[in-house]
Amino acid sequence: MNATNHQEHQTLSRAVLEIDVNNHAGVMSHVVGLFSRRAYNVDGILCLPLGDSGQSRIWLLVNEDQRLPQMIKQVEKLEDVTGIRRHNADHAVFQNLENFFRV
Amino acid sequence: MTETLTGAQITVRLLERQGIRTLAGIPGGAILPIYDALGQSSLIHHVLARHEQGAGFMAQGMARVSGQPAVCLASSGPGATNLLTAIADAKLDSIPLVAITGQVPKAMIGTDAFQEVDTYGLSIPITKHNFLVSSAEELLEVIPRAFAIAASGRPGPVLIDIPKDVQMQAIEITHWPAPGERQPAPAADAWALSEASGMINAAKRPILYLGGGVVHAGASGLAVKLAEKAGLPTVMTLMALGAMPVDHPLSLGMLGMHAARYTNLALDECDLLIAVGARFDDRATGKVAAFCPQARIIHIDIDPAELDKIKTAHIGITADVQESLNRLLPAVATNARSDWRQRVDSLKAEHPFLMPDVDKPLSHFGLIRTVAACLDDEAVIATDVGQHQMWVAQAYPLRRPRQWLTSGGLGTMGFGVPAAIGAALAEPQRTVVCFTGDGSILMNIQELVTAAEEKVNLKIVLMDNATLGLVHQQQTLFYGERLFASQFKASPDFIKVAQGFGIAAVDLDHATNPCAALIEAISRPGPCLIHASIDAEQKVYPMVPPGAANRDMIGA
Ligand SMILES: Cc1ncc(C[n+]2csc(CCOP(=O)(O)OP(=O)(O)O)c2C)c(N)n1
Repeated sequence: MNATNHQEHQTLSRAVLEIDVNNHAGVMSHVVGLFSRRAYNVDGILCLPLGDSGQSRIWLLVNEDQRLPQMIKQVEKLEDVTGIRRHNADHAVFQNLENFFRV
Repeated sequence: MTETLTGAQITVRLLERQGIRTLAGIPGGAILPIYDALGQSSLIHHVLARHEQGAGFMAQGMARVSGQPAVCLASSGPGATNLLTAIADAKLDSIPLVAITGQVPKAMIGTDAFQEVDTYGLSIPITKHNFLVSSAEELLEVIPRAFAIAASGRPGPVLIDIPKDVQMQAIEITHWPAPGERQPAPAADAWALSEASGMINAAKRPILYLGGGVVHAGASGLAVKLAEKAGLPTVMTLMALGAMPVDHPLSLGMLGMHAARYTNLALDECDLLIAVGARFDDRATGKVAAFCPQARIIHIDIDPAELDKIKTAHIGITADVQESLNRLLPAVATNARSDWRQRVDSLKAEHPFLMPDVDKPLSHFGLIRTVAACLDDEAVIATDVGQHQMWVAQAYPLRRPRQWLTSGGLGTMGFGVPAAIGAALAEPQRTVVCFTGDGSILMNIQELVTAAEEKVNLKIVLMDNATLGLVHQQQTLFYGERLFASQFKASPDFIKVAQGFGIAAVDLDHATNPCAALIEAISRPGPCLIHASIDAEQKVYPMVPPGAANRDMIGA
């Protein structure tokens, strides 16, 4: 991947990222900020705590362009991220929500 | 034994336990409890900066020369915002820093209280990690962790924002946590290392490309050994200068935008690029597609996100550079590589690096070399940002890792003087020289009085061209010579300014024997400003024009 040469990122498809994080007030800004400051659009965000574990899980629906592998590495570097998994766009987590997003 | 201590006292004790003996900052309402506790410390020397950015760069100077995390302090609001530039600078150059800021009491956060600013939010993109502390107990975990994070992996700045009520909260302490230390990185992959050594052994025209990570990892000596064993011509980034002595027979000096022509031309011909602790920065690569077009790439870096970011490596190794080189060395065959080295030597002879007027002590190169002639390798060399910075990078005979302090990634004017003060505070036995420009020095001129107060052994060499030289150069070359806002219509009398701030000053312009005046100024202990007027028409040459390939350099 070549960050400078592929700024015109043609969108291939979408991907779903599943991110385990330590649950505290700043963690959403840390994760989402990585995307926004690179002008990388996040289409969907879900976040809930994982029981009483002190952990939360963030689900992101993102465009899949050439920068995605770099984005995943940057997310992995965050101190409060304990795990990240990548899924295809057809993952059930966002699909079941569509009923709540009708105009 | 149980002690009852406030958050402020705990903070100071934890800093003492981290081994912090000098730190820099400026007090204000929201950090006064910590200052009150700091005043009681017999171990920590607090350096009162005159601007928080100065404090941040002083801490950087300490961290850059020592390799250990250094600390700066600021109050809430404007104190914190003034620190931000120095923190961002540390992020881009991977410098371990722990910045501690005071914050309004927790109950007032979010109310637009006096001197409230969202320091946590502001610092997210420019820190490696940051904390907003919500209780005195939390400090016991957060402070050691901040030091561990700053020093581990790829080093970087960590910010700890501490609300005033947390600083005043008293708790009982029975047990102190261990100081935060650098955590070892996972070991390099054995298969990848053996592939790498195979590639090095098979290469005909390899080049070793060293970045700042080599200096951070304390791996400079190993890198030189590797180069010597395998006969590897070696290039360095701006951040790596000093990792291999520039006059080492294998050194090709700095690569990229202001490299010698032969350096970039050798890279153009190499068949294997061994990138170690380097990140393929645009100032180093020029047009990426044309960078080392024939080369396979081995990339060793402690930060996994640097691998394949700009250039895809054939072998990527995420690991500590020191550990990797240690294991790579025995597997690499001894090879004089005379054909390739002869080719490199002939490139050197055909496209040499020229230093016009170097024998005149008041020319830009002459001044830099005359200063160098007054010093040995124990000296620390800092710069500000501009033409003078690039000339020093090109011409100063740097020979020692951590000898060289410059703002590479962020390129921050104003870096030089306070960073040099920090270096002198951390290593008082050394002479510290700061090359600066008449534009840059004014961006943190107030720290001259800090230098006077601390009596640091700092020599500021002011290369005065009465312009923002690098801007002047760009406008001349790339904006049709339309000079705008790059020439000063008024300049201060820098000699009087320095004297007014309480430091000695020498004007080489009026010296009957400039060399003798320079030697005298450098050998006299304590802070001194050395002023020399230089020609505003001089350019940093050769140079790769914006967007061009490194092989297509212009000038000299
Ligand atoms: C804080 C900051 N503002 C603006 C710039 C843009 N800039 C880069 S070099 C330069 C001129 C530097 O002038 P001076 O310090 O006199 O050094 P010279 O180039 O003349 O050697 C400017 C304005 C910068 N690097 N940093």
